[in-house]
Amino acid sequence: MSKTAGLLIRSLPAAAAAVGALMLLTGCGAATVNQAAAAGPSKTDCGTVNVALNAWVGYTADAAVYDYVAKNKLGCTVVEKNLNEQISWQGFASGQVDVIMENWGHEDLAKQYITDQHVAVDAGPTGNVGHIGWYVPPWMAAKYPDITDGKNLNKYADMFKTSESAGKGQLLDGDPAFVTNDEALVKNLNLNYKVVFSGSEAALIQSFRTAEKNKTPLLGYFYDPQWFLSEVPLVKVNLPAWTPGCDADPEKVACDYPVYKLNKVLSKKFADSGSPAVKLAKAFHWTNADQNAVAKDIQGGMAPAAAAKKWVDAHQDAVKAWLN
Amino acid sequence: MATLLRDRTAIPAKPSAVRESRRRLSRRTWLLLSAGVLWLLGYLFLHGTGTLALPASELTDLHRNLNHFNSWIAENRSGNPVFMYVLTPLRNLVGAIAGFFMAVFAASPTGQVIPVMGWLGTVAVLTWIAFAVGNVRVAALTAVVFTFFGFQGLFVDAAYTFALVVTAVLLTLLTGIPLGVLAGISNRVQRAITPILDFMQTMPSFVYLAPLALIFLIGPASAVIATVIYAAPPVIRLSAHGIRSIPENTREASDSLGTTGWQRLRTLQLPMARRTIVMGINQSTMAALSMVTIAALIAAPGLGQVVVVALQSLDVGTAVNSGLAIVLMAIVLDRVTTAASQRAEPGAAKTRKLHGRARIIVLGATLALVLGLVQLSRTALWAAVFPANLSVGPAITNGMSAASGWLQTNLYFLTHSFRESVTVGILNPFQSLLTDTPFYVLAVVIVIAGCAIGGWKLASVTAFCLAVIISLGLWNDAMVTLASTLLATVIVMLLGVVFGVAMGRSARIDQAMRPMLDAGQTMPAFVYLVPFLGLFGATRFTAIVAAIIYAAPVAIKITADGIAAISPTVVEAAVSSGSTPWQIISKVQLPMARKTLALAANQGLMYVLAMVVIGALVGAGGLGYDVVAGFVQSSVFGKGLAAGLAIVFLGILLDRITQAAAAAPIRKRIT
Repeated sequence: MSKTAGLLIRSLPAAAAAVGALMLLTGCGAATVNQAAAAGPSKTDCGTVNVALNAWVGYTADAAVYDYVAKNKLGCTVVEKNLNEQISWQGFASGQVDVIMENWGHEDLAKQYITDQHVAVDAGPTGNVGHIGWYVPPWMAAKYPDITDGKNLNKYADMFKTSESAGKGQLLDGDPAFVTNDEALVKNLNLNYKVVFSGSEAALIQSFRTAEKNKTPLLGYFYDPQWFLSEVPLVKVNLPAWTPGCDADPEKVACDYPVYKLNKVLSKKFADSGSPAVKLAKAFHWTNADQNAVAKDIQGGMAPAAAAKKWVDAHQDAVKAWLN
Repeated sequence: MATLLRDRTAIPAKPSAVRESRRRLSRRTWLLLSAGVLWLLGYLFLHGTGTLALPASELTDLHRNLNHFNSWIAENRSGNPVFMYVLTPLRNLVGAIAGFFMAVFAASPTGQVIPVMGWLGTVAVLTWIAFAVGNVRVAALTAVVFTFFGFQGLFVDAAYTFALVVTAVLLTLLTGIPLGVLAGISNRVQRAITPILDFMQTMPSFVYLAPLALIFLIGPASAVIATVIYAAPPVIRLSAHGIRSIPENTREASDSLGTTGWQRLRTLQLPMARRTIVMGINQSTMAALSMVTIAALIAAPGLGQVVVVALQSLDVGTAVNSGLAIVLMAIVLDRVTTAASQRAEPGAAKTRKLHGRARIIVLGATLALVLGLVQLSRTALWAAVFPANLSVGPAITNGMSAASGWLQTNLYFLTHSFRESVTVGILNPFQSLLTDTPFYVLAVVIVIAGCAIGGWKLASVTAFCLAVIISLGLWNDAMVTLASTLLATVIVMLLGVVFGVAMGRSARIDQAMRPMLDAGQTMPAFVYLVPFLGLFGATRFTAIVAAIIYAAPVAIKITADGIAAISPTVVEAAVSSGSTPWQIISKVQLPMARKTLALAANQGLMYVLAMVVIGALVGAGGLGYDVVAGFVQSSVFGKGLAAGLAIVFLGILLDRITQAAAAAPIRKRIT
C-alpha cells in the first residue's frame, strides 16, 4: 500500500503541476510570439491551405509555385503533406487535404469523390499534358530500331533479364503508387516480361541514366512532362493505340496509356470557403516547359521554394494573370 | 520490436516422453526425411505445375468482394449509424487529443509553425518530467537529445512525432492497463483476449494502415488509432502477467485476512505487479514510436514523413539525418521509461540519494525554473522557434550524401556483385524450390513436418493456416515471402549462435556488445531500410539484409542468455575432463541451450517476417508488395487486405512450428 501511495504521491503532483502549468500558459500570458505571429501576416482572409505533395518532381514543381504564390502574394499559410497519389484523395473527406495540384486521370477516384460523395471538385487543367509509356534508352533505339514497336518486345526479352525478373525480361516500374497498367499489359499482350518495381521516380531516373551511360539494356515505365527527358531523350515503345474505353477494366487492359490532361482537384469545403487561394488554384495554368524548368532546378539541388521564386520572378505577367 | 515479449510457457515435456524418446525421435526423423524426399520429388517431377501463381494485376472473386467493401464504406460513411455515432465521434475525439498535444509541442492551431510551448519550454518541461519519473542521468540525456533535434533542423518534425507518441501512449495505457488487469484477475477474460493479442502481434504494423485509413480516413487521428492498436498488446500482456505471477501463498495470506476483491487488487496485486506493468509501458512506448513513424504513410506528420520522402527520392543524407533523430528519440524514450521502471522496483527507495522532503524541494525548485523557461519561450522568438542559423542538419545531410555517393560509386562493383551472387546463387534457387513445387505437394510436406515436430495438434493448425492462405488466393506470393523470411532467419540464427556463444562465454564481450544490441532493438523497423537502400538499391536482397540486421539483436541476446544460464559446474566438468573450447561449445553448451536456440529462432523469425513486409517499400516482392500496392492503388485494395491476412496466418504457422520445436523433448544422445 505504502509503495503505491508513494508512487502516486510522487507522480500525481508532478503530472498535475505539468498539466496545470500548460493549461495556465495556454490560457493567459501577455502577447506571446505565437499571437504576434498569428496577427502578423494573416491580415488577408486566406487562412490555411493543405497541399498534398505526391512523390514525383513534376508535381513538386507545380506545388512549389502554387505554394510560393499563395504564401507570398496572398499571405496564406501553406501546409504541405507528403502523401501517395491515391491516398491524397482520402484526405478530402477528412479535411487533411485541400489541394491536389497535378492529377493524372483517376476516373474511378473522380467518380467516387467528386460525383458520388461530393467532397471534391475539379479545378480545371494545369495546362500540362501527360504521357505515360514504356521507354528505352536512346542507344537501344539506335541499335535496335524495331524495338520501338511493342510487337517486337518478346524478341528482345532475353536481353532484359535480371536476377529479379524470374527468367523473363524485366520491365522496370516506379513507385507502386503511380498510375500503372503494366502488370495487366504484360499479361494481356502476351509479353514474356515481368514487372519489377524500382520503388520511386528517383530510382527510375538513376536506372535509365546508368543504362544510357554504360549502354546496358533497360525497358522501363516513364512519363512526360519530366525534366530528365531533356538530359537523356528516352524513346517510347509503341503499344496498341489507346481508344476510348479500352482501359475501363484494369484487369483486361491491352492498350497504351491515354493522353492525360493533367488537372487540379480541390476539396469541396476549401472550394466553397471563398479563400483567394481557391481562385489561384483554379487559375493556375502553365506549360510542360515551365514545369520542366522548375523541376530541373529542384532536381539540381535548389530548394523547391527557391526554384519557384526564380520562375515566378521571371514570369511576373503570368502570375499576375492568375491573381486577377 | 514487432513481436514483443510474450509470456507463454513452453509445454513441459511429459515424463514418459523421456523413456520413449528414442522411438519417437526415430519416428520424427523418419517423418521429416520422408517430407523432404516428397518435396524434392514433387519439385523435380511436377516442377512448375500447380503453383497457383496469380499475376499482380489479377484478382480473385474474394479480392473483388473486398474491393466492394472499400466502396461500401466510402458510400456509407456519412449515413450509417455505426459511423455517425461510434466511429466518427471516436475519430474526432482522438483527433482532438492529438491536436492538443501537437499544438503544445509542434505547431499552434492558428496555423503558424510556432508551438504553444516553444522549443526551449518543451526541452525544459520534458527534462523535468524525465527527472521526476526517472533520475538525473536520463534528464540530462533528454535535454541533450531534444536540443540536438534543433541543431539537426528537425525540431518541429521531432515534436510532431513526440506529440503523436504521447497521445498514443496515453490512450494505450488508458485502455491497455485496465484490460491487462482484468485479464490478470479473470481467467475468462484471459482466454478470450489471448488469441486476439496473438493475432495483433503477428500482424506486421504495416498491414493495419490500409483498413484503418479506410475507416477513419487519413490524418493524425487514424495514425494514433493504428498506433494504439499496435502498441496495446505488450502492456496488456505484461499487466496480466504481473498480476498472475504473484505467488499463490501471498494471495492466500491476504485472502485469509478477509480482503475483498477490490481491496486485494488495490493493496496487493497492483503494487506487486507495478514493476512488470511499467515494463509493459516501456515496451508499448517503443512500439508506439515505431508505428508513429510508419504512420507517415497515412498523413501522420513528423519524422516519418521526412524518412518516407527521402526514401522516395533516394536521398540517403536526409534519410540518415532524420533516421538518426528517430533513433535518438527511441533511446530517450527507452531510457526514461526504463529508469521509471527501476524506480518502481520494490526497495529502490532505499538506495536513492534524495529522500522524501529533499526530493520534493528539488522538484519544486526546478519546476519553478522550468515554468520560467516556458514563459520565456512563449515571449521570445529565439526560444520559441529553434534558430535556423544554428542548424547543422544540412552539414549532416550533405556529409552523409557525399559518403553514400562515394560508397555507391566506389563500392558499386563490390555491392552489386555481392547482391547478384547471393540472389542468383541462393535466393532464386531457394525461392524456386518453394514457388515452383505444386502447392498440394508443398502443403502436404509442411503438414507432415508439423506432425513430426508437434504431433497431430500442430499438424492440424498447420493445415488450417495453409488452407486459409490458399483460399485467400495468395499461395504463390506467400511462398515468395516465405523464401525471403527463411533465408534471412537462417542467417539471423548463424549470427545469433556465433555472437550469442561469444557473449555467453565471455562477460567482457557481453558488456561490449549489449549496449549496441539494445540500441539496435530500440530502433523502429523503418530506419533500417535507409542505409541498405543506398548500398544495394531496391531489391529483395535489400529487404533481406535489413531484416537480418533488424532481427539479429534479439536472436543474439536470447542465445547469449541461454548460454550464460548453463550451470557453470557442467562446463567446469567438461573442462576438467580435457575438452577443448570447441568441444565444449559444440558438445555441451549448444546442445544444452537447444531450447533457448529454438526460442531465439522463433523470435528472430517473427522479427524477420515483420521486416520483410516493410521491405516491400524497397523492392521485396510477395505478400509485402501486395499489401503496399493495395494500400496505394484502390483497384487492388481487396488483394492487399487479403495479403495482410495471409501474412498473419503465415506468421501463426511459423510461430507455432518454432514454438513446438522449442518445447519438444531434449535429444538424449549427443552426437
